Amino acid sequence: MSFVEIEGVGKSFGPNAVLKDFNLTIAKGEFISLLGPSGCGKTTMLRIIAGFESATTGRVRIGGEDVTRLPPNKRHIGMVFQAYALFPNLSVFDNVAFGLKVAGQGKAEIARRVMELLELIKLPDLAHRYPYQLSGGQQQRVALARALAPSPRVLLLDEPLSALDAKIRVSLREEIRSLQRELGITTIFVTHDQEEALSMSDRIVVMNAGCAEQIGTPFEIYNHPRSRFVASFVGTLNALDGVAVGEGVAAIDGQTVAVPGLAASPSAEQFTLALRPESVSLSPRPEATNRLNGTIEDVSFLGSVVRIRLRIGGSTLLFDTFNNPASPPPPRGANATVHFAPGDLQVLESGPVVLPEAAE
Amino acid sequence: MKGSRLGPTIVILVAAAYFLLPLMATFEFSLSMIRGVWSFEAYRVVFADPEFRHTFTFSVVAAVAAILLGALLVVPTAYWVRLRFPRLRSVVEFITLLPLVIPPIVLVFGYIRMYNSSSLVPLTATAGGTNVLLVLGYVTLSLPYMYRAVDTGMGAIDIRTLTEAGESLGASRGRILATVILPNVRAAVLSGAFLTFAIVIGEFVLASLLNRPAFGPYLALIGTNRAYEPSALAMIAFAVTWACMVLMQSLGARPAHKARQRR
Ligand SMILES: Nc1ncnc2c1ncn2[C@@H]1O[C@H](COP(=O)(O)OP(=O)(O)OP(=O)(O)O)[C@@H](O)[C@H]1O
Ligand SMILES: [Mg+2]
Repeated sequence: MSFVEIEGVGKSFGPNAVLKDFNLTIAKGEFISLLGPSGCGKTTMLRIIAGFESATTGRVRIGGEDVTRLPPNKRHIGMVFQAYALFPNLSVFDNVAFGLKVAGQGKAEIARRVMELLELIKLPDLAHRYPYQLSGGQQQRVALARALAPSPRVLLLDEPLSALDAKIRVSLREEIRSLQRELGITTIFVTHDQEEALSMSDRIVVMNAGCAEQIGTPFEIYNHPRSRFVASFVGTLNALDGVAVGEGVAAIDGQTVAVPGLAASPSAEQFTLALRPESVSLSPRPEATNRLNGTIEDVSFLGSVVRIRLRIGGSTLLFDTFNNPASPPPPRGANATVHFAPGDLQVLESGPVVLPEAAE
Repeated sequence: MKGSRLGPTIVILVAAAYFLLPLMATFEFSLSMIRGVWSFEAYRVVFADPEFRHTFTFSVVAAVAAILLGALLVVPTAYWVRLRFPRLRSVVEFITLLPLVIPPIVLVFGYIRMYNSSSLVPLTATAGGTNVLLVLGYVTLSLPYMYRAVDTGMGAIDIRTLTEAGESLGASRGRILATVILPNVRAAVLSGAFLTFAIVIGEFVLASLLNRPAFGPYLALIGTNRAYEPSALAMIAFAVTWACMVLMQSLGARPAHKARQRR
């Protein structure tokens, strides 16, 4: 059952078309992320749903009601901003109570609801502090409580974590997600951080230049990117220059590898092969029948993971191995052989022929 | 090293003398009403004069009215311009600066022409109407200061995002202005208010030409007729102005909960 329906929404600022025919339906209780590079129109789409921006074409429905022309204060949405936007003149309690007061609820009712929310965000002791007395992470949690207090129909978050430092970002995103599940609130989350989108969402909308390039679960988006843009934007992608040398066989820097689904090409055509870092390993595995030789260019020790950059002719290949206390990572400059399964290689759309089943 | 210190010191001393000497001379003169001794006799005479009390009260009431009206006009205007028409900001700012360029005398003759007893809005026909006109004139005179103060105050907070936050919580624009924006520019409104007060208390041209019993014309009248009382009055007016400045400073120095708002 679709709860939020976005139908053919387009938006132009003067001659500049920022959104083009954007379609999306969201089920009740779903967590959706809008993911895309800077300037692709994520914020604009979110602001159209909130009512701060009006769509040039198309409509937005929430719970069956057409809200396209409704002012933002009549839409019953909750919004969390990147810069927190807490009211500086009001205490934490009064910030959270703001929407309830506007709705005309009674004093006792408001106090009960505010304390309930402060418990939820685990800050019940800070009710009488002012925003400037809080850390960034605390401010953003209060902003979340403030948005949730009037029980909005939809929760909108515009890069709520990007002003915070890395540790808090990770813990807060888990908190937001568990709170969202607990309350079962339909949520739209804008981010340009693919890790955030992958880890939090039920579904991700990858946006590119005002269009929804692909909509799918994190698993689908990551493993079966439909376009080169999605593949390169989501996750670290190794792009290797290849030449087709026969049916299902390509050469990378003169070394032949099996590429299932690659059609034989009359002339030796150049194309690009994609390979995810995690499908590559230094040690042989039975199914990893493809191999490539190269020179280790760089080794970064990231803790549990060691990230290695291998140079193979004109291309570089980034891949991760797990840290193993028994065997130190190979030194820079050494020769190494990597192993991967033929099915892990994907021919990107600019290549000669891709059979549709190849990705499945 | 020595020379580089000496220059600024001399400049400061000269400036201080330029400012303080007349002040001290006036003060000293105001204390010497009774021959041979220093006394506050001139002040006693001034305070005992019912005219002083009447005119001073009149001007204070006019100032308060001008402040309220000015704030009522300026705060929503500055808010609206910043929120919806940011490109018009320089135009509005220019308009609010006009009273600094156009002399009050021009303004008041314009008023008298526009609102005389045979015009469509005959404000000058009655004393009450003329008082209204006077207050409106004061609002105009204080516009540059009020608008600048309030607009700068609004520049210090992110009014757009705060407004959107309020709207997403269901509040109307008016409610957001009253409960979110106004409290956050309170210090700015107050500093505009004190500047208005300082202008209105000593204002002469408008009050005199509209023939209202304000403090400015009274000061001028006493100044031409008496010897010691004008000095005492000048000191009183000066003290009131400085009290306003000090209040403004202390209110401005207290940050309105914004130290760590952003970043
Ligand atoms: N009010 C506006 N007037 C004119 N152009 C605008 C306006 N708001 C946004 N744009 C343009 O629309 C495009 C999309 O902006 P938007 O803020 O939606 O991007 P975004 O995906 O949120 O990017 P970011 O990740 O940087 O926040 C940008 O090119 C921007 O310049
Ligand atoms: Mg944005």
